[in-house]
Amino acid sequence: MSSFNVSTVLIVASILFVLGLIGVLTRKNIIFMLISVEIMLNAAGLAFVAAGAKWQQPDGQVMFLFILAMAAAEVSVALAMVLQIYHQHKTMDVEELKELKD
Amino acid sequence: MDQLLAYIIALPLAGFLVLSMAGRQLTAKVIPWIGAGTISIAAIITIFLGIQFLQSPPASGAYQQLLWQWFSAGNLSVSFSLRMDALSLVFVFIITFVGALIHIYSAAFMRHDRDYARFFASMNLFVCSMLMLVMADNLVLLYLGWEGVGLCSYLLIGFWYETPANCRAANKAFIITRIGDTAMLIGLFLLFKELGTLNIVEILQQAPQYFTSGSANSNLIALLLLGGGIGKSAQLPLQTWLPDAMAGPSPVSALIHAATMVTAGVYLIARMHVLFQLSPLAMTITALIGALTLFMAGCSAMVQTDIKRILAYSTISQIGYMFLALGVGAWSAGIFHFFTHAFFKALLFLAAGAVIETLHHEHNIFNMGGLRKKMPVVFYTFLAGTAALAALPLVTAGFFSKDLILWYAFSAANGNAFLWILALAGAFITALYSTRLILVVFGGEPKTHIGELPGQLMTVPLIILAFFSLTAGFIEWPHNLLHLTWFSDHVQRVLPATIVQDNPPSEFIFQTIAAVITLAGIYGGYGLYYHKSGVRWQQSPFLSVIHNFLFNGWKFDQLYEVALVKPFVYIARISKADVFDRVYNGIAQGNLKLNRLLSVSQNGSLRWYIAGVLIGILFIITLQLLS
Repeated sequence: MSSFNVSTVLIVASILFVLGLIGVLTRKNIIFMLISVEIMLNAAGLAFVAAGAKWQQPDGQVMFLFILAMAAAEVSVALAMVLQIYHQHKTMDVEELKELKD
Repeated sequence: MDQLLAYIIALPLAGFLVLSMAGRQLTAKVIPWIGAGTISIAAIITIFLGIQFLQSPPASGAYQQLLWQWFSAGNLSVSFSLRMDALSLVFVFIITFVGALIHIYSAAFMRHDRDYARFFASMNLFVCSMLMLVMADNLVLLYLGWEGVGLCSYLLIGFWYETPANCRAANKAFIITRIGDTAMLIGLFLLFKELGTLNIVEILQQAPQYFTSGSANSNLIALLLLGGGIGKSAQLPLQTWLPDAMAGPSPVSALIHAATMVTAGVYLIARMHVLFQLSPLAMTITALIGALTLFMAGCSAMVQTDIKRILAYSTISQIGYMFLALGVGAWSAGIFHFFTHAFFKALLFLAAGAVIETLHHEHNIFNMGGLRKKMPVVFYTFLAGTAALAALPLVTAGFFSKDLILWYAFSAANGNAFLWILALAGAFITALYSTRLILVVFGGEPKTHIGELPGQLMTVPLIILAFFSLTAGFIEWPHNLLHLTWFSDHVQRVLPATIVQDNPPSEFIFQTIAAVITLAGIYGGYGLYYHKSGVRWQQSPFLSVIHNFLFNGWKFDQLYEVALVKPFVYIARISKADVFDRVYNGIAQGNLKLNRLLSVSQNGSLRWYIAGVLIGILFIITLQLLS
């Protein structure tokens, strides 16, 4: 833990975040979009942990626990909704789920 | 004594509250007990108070009760306090006593109606408001009662609201009286601006010091108050609502549109008599309006065929007499005519209601006839009422009051021959149409099948009212006959005595002329209608034009339609597209266009939305970094 470069970790975190973002924007399957969102959350968590380590504060890790719990809750709700969507529309393709348009 | 005043108002109010809140749960047996009972108890309290008042008048000349402070703002403070002086006592007595009789009659008259409770609730609220009007010690409270009776009049004219014509009549009554009310309200504002108080006693005390007689302000205030009185009392030129108001049930016509509410204008003028005395112009106009109204309405009553419209025009005409009396300064004579008129006109409306109900809602008098033998009680009471209306000399109450007015129209300080001749012509016409009414309705052969005869609950009030129609006049005899002045002595505790011109002509001659004119009118009616011939109006085109003119109430409705309603509708139509509307319409149109533009972005694609969110976040971060 002694030799540890914060900026490297932050670069890794931002790469992960951008990867997730690209996934959300380009994927058509709704499950992959969810996975991409999880990647983005983890990127944010990694940034928190790194920041906590830099300043020798436990807050960063506490925040990561929060993010973990929130992600678990979010994913359970989102998966339930995905199941419903599949039941009613027989598809996972977001491009075909456009019923809410004006 | 003073503490009893509140109960007189509180009882009808309680009746209204109970009936309006729990009316649907109550059975038809309980409703009339509440509706008529509250008014009857109020009448008993009033009679008790009245006897006390007459035996030992209070030192201040009035019973007074302060209930609570209503509101106070700046230097205006209005209290909820009641005051009963000699003038109020007359009105309160009529409202509660005649009101109680009419309520008892209604208990039988309205018994089959689906909205029995709503009827009594409205009637009780009316009595409460009317009592507030006459017992208010300040003009704000008076105005509260004034608007309250207007509201109840509206509710009760449109009581059978399922017929559109009834709703139109109710709207018409409300809107036309509103014209007068607005004038009165402006008058009150002006009065407050000038005198800084709206307490009636203070106004009457301060006005003579503050205003000089005939000054512009005193004229204006008196004329504005007169405007309010004209609207409420259906005088020229705002009289057109009253004949249509007959759309309501007959007891409503008897109570509101004959005995009490329509005389609110008379009360207002008598109450504010000091202001009117300070404005000779307003007095002259009052007298002139009264004289013209009594003549024109009398002419219209002569040709109507609907029994209630005849009585409505006759009411307008009789209130014209009261205005004439007030205008010439014969204050007590005007109030005395109110007193007697309330009995006989309430009687006539109630009897007419009984006839109409018995004949299955037949209103046309020429389809009646032959009822003298079939309905003897109604016939004899109706006869007493018409005799009083026609002012049959010496035996009826109407004679004593109308004779006083006729005499003062000529001999009082403001009186003149023109007013007297109009009043005399009115007396002739009154006698004529009264005779026509009784002969056509009760004489001749029956023309309509007769239904169930009115029961005791309806006939007993008729008999009591008939008794008073004949005898109520005996408390005031002319100066040259017995010279009994109980009534005017009583009222003149509040109102000034009538000033008579110097060297007036012999009163006896005037009485004789009035009596002869009345008898001539009765004889004329007898000659024209006894053999059911009637005036053959339709025979000559000229006469039929006059007939239509009078039948339509001197075409006032048509005049207003052309002069006011049509231009108003026209202006409303063209102003629909004026420049201001364009501005507002433009704003609305611009918003609609923007809305269409932005709604393109709502395309339902989840990825577009995410991109939108992302661009938003980037935008905010950029802003943060740049600042």
